Amino acid sequence: MTERASLNALVVFQVGPIPIGLEVVTTWVIMAVLVGIAWFGTRRLSATQPSRFQIILEMVVGFLEDLIRDVMGAEPEVFLPLIGTLFLYIVTCNLSPLIPGVKPPTAHVETTGALGLIVFFTVHSLGVRQRGLLGYLRTYLEPTFIFLPLNILGEFTRTFALMVRLAGNIMSHELTIAVVIGLAGLFVPIPFMALSILVGLVQAYIFTILAAVFIGGAMGTINTNTP
Amino acid sequence: MNVEMISVLSAGIAVGLGAIGPGIGEGIAVAGAMGALARQPEAVGTITRTLFVGLAMIETMAIYCLVIALLLLFANPYVHA
Repeated sequence: MTERASLNALVVFQVGPIPIGLEVVTTWVIMAVLVGIAWFGTRRLSATQPSRFQIILEMVVGFLEDLIRDVMGAEPEVFLPLIGTLFLYIVTCNLSPLIPGVKPPTAHVETTGALGLIVFFTVHSLGVRQRGLLGYLRTYLEPTFIFLPLNILGEFTRTFALMVRLAGNIMSHELTIAVVIGLAGLFVPIPFMALSILVGLVQAYIFTILAAVFIGGAMGTINTNTP
Repeated sequence: MNVEMISVLSAGIAVGLGAIGPGIGEGIAVAGAMGALARQPEAVGTITRTLFVGLAMIETMAIYCLVIALLLLFANPYVHA
């Protein structure tokens, strides 16, 4: 059934018993492209005469550092690899359908589920490392011990929401564009595609900020005066 | 009415009704942010960031409804197609 393919993965080939879906292949291509850009951009770094490409990369890195510093209230060196990679990967995935024929991997709940699990485990491991095991477990009793079930439930629902929000937004936009293309011809879907650029950037930004907020909250580094 | 008809109908109802609450909520949130921006234009960075995070939280409710609707339409466990 063709309409089922919008939710289920399209299997390209099999490695032993494991089916490899189309979005996994797309993910590999995106990974290769990102690594290639990073390798190409950092090949000839110069402090006195930076190339245009180096200036663009420095703008991106500076934007991410400012974001981490503002949201988490901590120095960004430790978190920049994880948070920055999340942002760059999600942005590339969300903007990949602008190339004709490419389907965004983030439109499938498997990809975003993996990203959500990475955030989930990072939150707990960094929280335990920062506060110690007992100190971290004690944060679940705040403000009083009655909140213990709610805090535990909140851990799972916020990770689930993180995962479903990204996949739902991207997938629904893909469906909208498909429906509009099916309804009306040639130039009508272009505004919707332009809107999908905005949606992709905003959703990547939101995912990154929420990941930073969760990690910062578990570590207790968030400055509560300036949320 | 068979299961397919009820599923399609309830998917439409789920998205339609589920969009009302988040729509009102996002309207209130954006109106509050606009008021805050008019009073303190220098706090644009903090307000925008907090607004985006808040909007994402509100929007999650509508996305949940969308997921339910898509499950009913494309992955319905009670329809054996």
